[in-house]
Amino acid sequence: MSPAAGTVPEGAAPRGTVLEVRDLHVRIASRQGTVRAVDGVSFDVSAGEALGLVGESGSGKSMTLRAVLGVLPPEARVTSGEILLDGVNMVTRTQSELNRIRGTKLAMIFQEPMSALNPVMRVGWQIAEGPQVHLGFSRAQAAERALELMRRVGIPDPERRFRAYPHEFSGGMRQRVMIAIALSCDPEVILCDEPTTALDVTIQDQILRLLARLCRESGVSLVFVTHDLPVVAQICQRVSVMYGGQLVESGAVGDVLLEPRHPYTLGLVRSAPDFDYVRESLVPIPGAPPSLITPPPGCRFHPRCEFAEDDCRVSETPLRLLPGGRATACLHYERCLDAVAADRAQS
Amino acid sequence: MTAADGAGGRPEVPLAARGVSVFFRVGSQVMARVQGEERRLRAVDGVDLEIGRGEALALVGESGSGKSTLALALCGLRPVDSGEITLNGKTVGDRRSQADRRRVQMVFQDPYSSLNPRLTVGGVLRELLRVHHVVPRGEVAAESKRLLTLVGLPEEAAGAHPRQFSGGQRQRIAIARALALRPEVLIADEPVSALDVSVQATILNLLASLRAELGLSLLLISHNLAVVRHLCDRVAVMYLGRIVEVAPTEQLFGDPRHPYTRGLLAAIPRLTAGAPDAGAPAISGDPPSPLNIPAGCRFRTRCPMAQQRCEEEDPELTGAAEAPGHLAACHFAFAPAPPAGTGLARAGEQA
Repeated sequence: MSPAAGTVPEGAAPRGTVLEVRDLHVRIASRQGTVRAVDGVSFDVSAGEALGLVGESGSGKSMTLRAVLGVLPPEARVTSGEILLDGVNMVTRTQSELNRIRGTKLAMIFQEPMSALNPVMRVGWQIAEGPQVHLGFSRAQAAERALELMRRVGIPDPERRFRAYPHEFSGGMRQRVMIAIALSCDPEVILCDEPTTALDVTIQDQILRLLARLCRESGVSLVFVTHDLPVVAQICQRVSVMYGGQLVESGAVGDVLLEPRHPYTLGLVRSAPDFDYVRESLVPIPGAPPSLITPPPGCRFHPRCEFAEDDCRVSETPLRLLPGGRATACLHYERCLDAVAADRAQS
Repeated sequence: MTAADGAGGRPEVPLAARGVSVFFRVGSQVMARVQGEERRLRAVDGVDLEIGRGEALALVGESGSGKSTLALALCGLRPVDSGEITLNGKTVGDRRSQADRRRVQMVFQDPYSSLNPRLTVGGVLRELLRVHHVVPRGEVAAESKRLLTLVGLPEEAAGAHPRQFSGGQRQRIAIARALALRPEVLIADEPVSALDVSVQATILNLLASLRAELGLSLLLISHNLAVVRHLCDRVAVMYLGRIVEVAPTEQLFGDPRHPYTRGLLAAIPRLTAGAPDAGAPAISGDPPSPLNIPAGCRFRTRCPMAQQRCEEEDPELTGAAEAPGHLAACHFAFAPAPPAGTGLARAGEQA
């Protein structure tokens, strides 16, 4: 896959944007009312780039990912917006077209590999299945490809492990199998839904390094959904923070995590114990996440925000561009600067 | 710390383990006897540990290292196969007296499955207070409300069922339940790992303030070393059923002596990491199965500095004069320099 200039569709951002999400809205029908799970989310991913999508449970990050892959639960629907993969709008495709795209251009790695792998199929053939179905490989060619992929993702003794079943693998090895399956058809984008959350820290370290290496070697892009900020710092170049179904901040990882320009990001950073920096006491974010059936008017974070003013309660707060390629949805983001400076002075 | 002080325990130590082992029998025991082989999983394999009064001790390690099994044994919820557990210097058997059971209480990881869904929150607390005669009958209702206030819940919470609460609030209920018996030691097994980041902080702060207020001893089990560093005075690192290093928190993080601890620390993702590191992982490979623990040092299969000696001799948990309170189970932990020609030395030269 080479992001040559000619393949970039007109109107797309420079640097070879492969995935572009524009003003995505996902609604879920429920007995209590319509849940606005994703509400006007936009982002783009360049070739070879890793984008982090951060937020707590219920922030809409997983729903966004599932909408991109086209595997929303039956009661959820994309109501408006565009998902452009190589300039092709995924929202208006039929299922069979989607199946082809999902096989060859998009892949996904799930949090819990044991429930994503087929328990009664040998792992080698699970890896070989994609190339057989989507790339027209023969059985022998596909098996050869699977062995090569197992070597690439660091599964020791691939010839023997090819014939093993998922239950014979450890958690880290299963996740390597998932990564091999995701890579099997040379996708352009791999969607990762908390791929290391279920793993131990030494295994997480191995998997993150593997993903970073694959990203660099093959130019594949990652969309990395997680709630773990240090993991994002480790693997992503850019990060978007979600709250209540909307994006509240985005920018380069170092900028956003070390100098947040939105009080929610600031709250996340302050409430997570950081290994290198021990605070007097952790500062939790007061209150609870908003209802997405009847979200609060104005900024969705205002009921929990220490900087909230009258204007936060009335006016919508779309992302606004700031210098340095970052964006925030906060009307009073300057206050975060002061808070960060005060935090620094204290330590 | 070690078994130096003879039989029994020191009375000023609220909870201590001495050579504690817990085994799980697996597969057919009859065939095992016929074939003369051992078919048991050594989940905890000879652990010495002391928790001082008012101390916060952390137990860290990967899944399968035996930390939760050790916690259950310390709490009296699982019989031990060998070794002994002492409470205030007194050895307790597998069936503890009601008074002894009260001394050690536990908070579990998942507040969604550890609370009785059929009882109201007040019902849970009142039952405990009555059965254990913590307060006179007439004061049970008032005491349960006091407990809820103590953990930061409104008194009205007593009338509600667990399902009406969020994860963080449920964990507060679980803490109130543990505190109802006025324990000396609170064991918290991964108390925040099922919670969202912003809620984790509230529970960690609550544990810290309760410990200060009530003079509780705290045993915190966690895989998150940042949480541990924030909350604990001393840290014990477990690997495959054994404690491989124990030291005061800052000493362990600042000057780790066991290669496993070093690898564990290097593997933590940092907020300030920047670009993804291209280098080799901190520790390669998977932990061996506890059914088949390597002979000699149990970490040697993943250790960058393993030598012939590590295959033959099982290192003991020992200290050195220059670092009091710092123990490590590695032949080279307190050696002047890593032995020449080891993987670790080579890695250093390349860097």
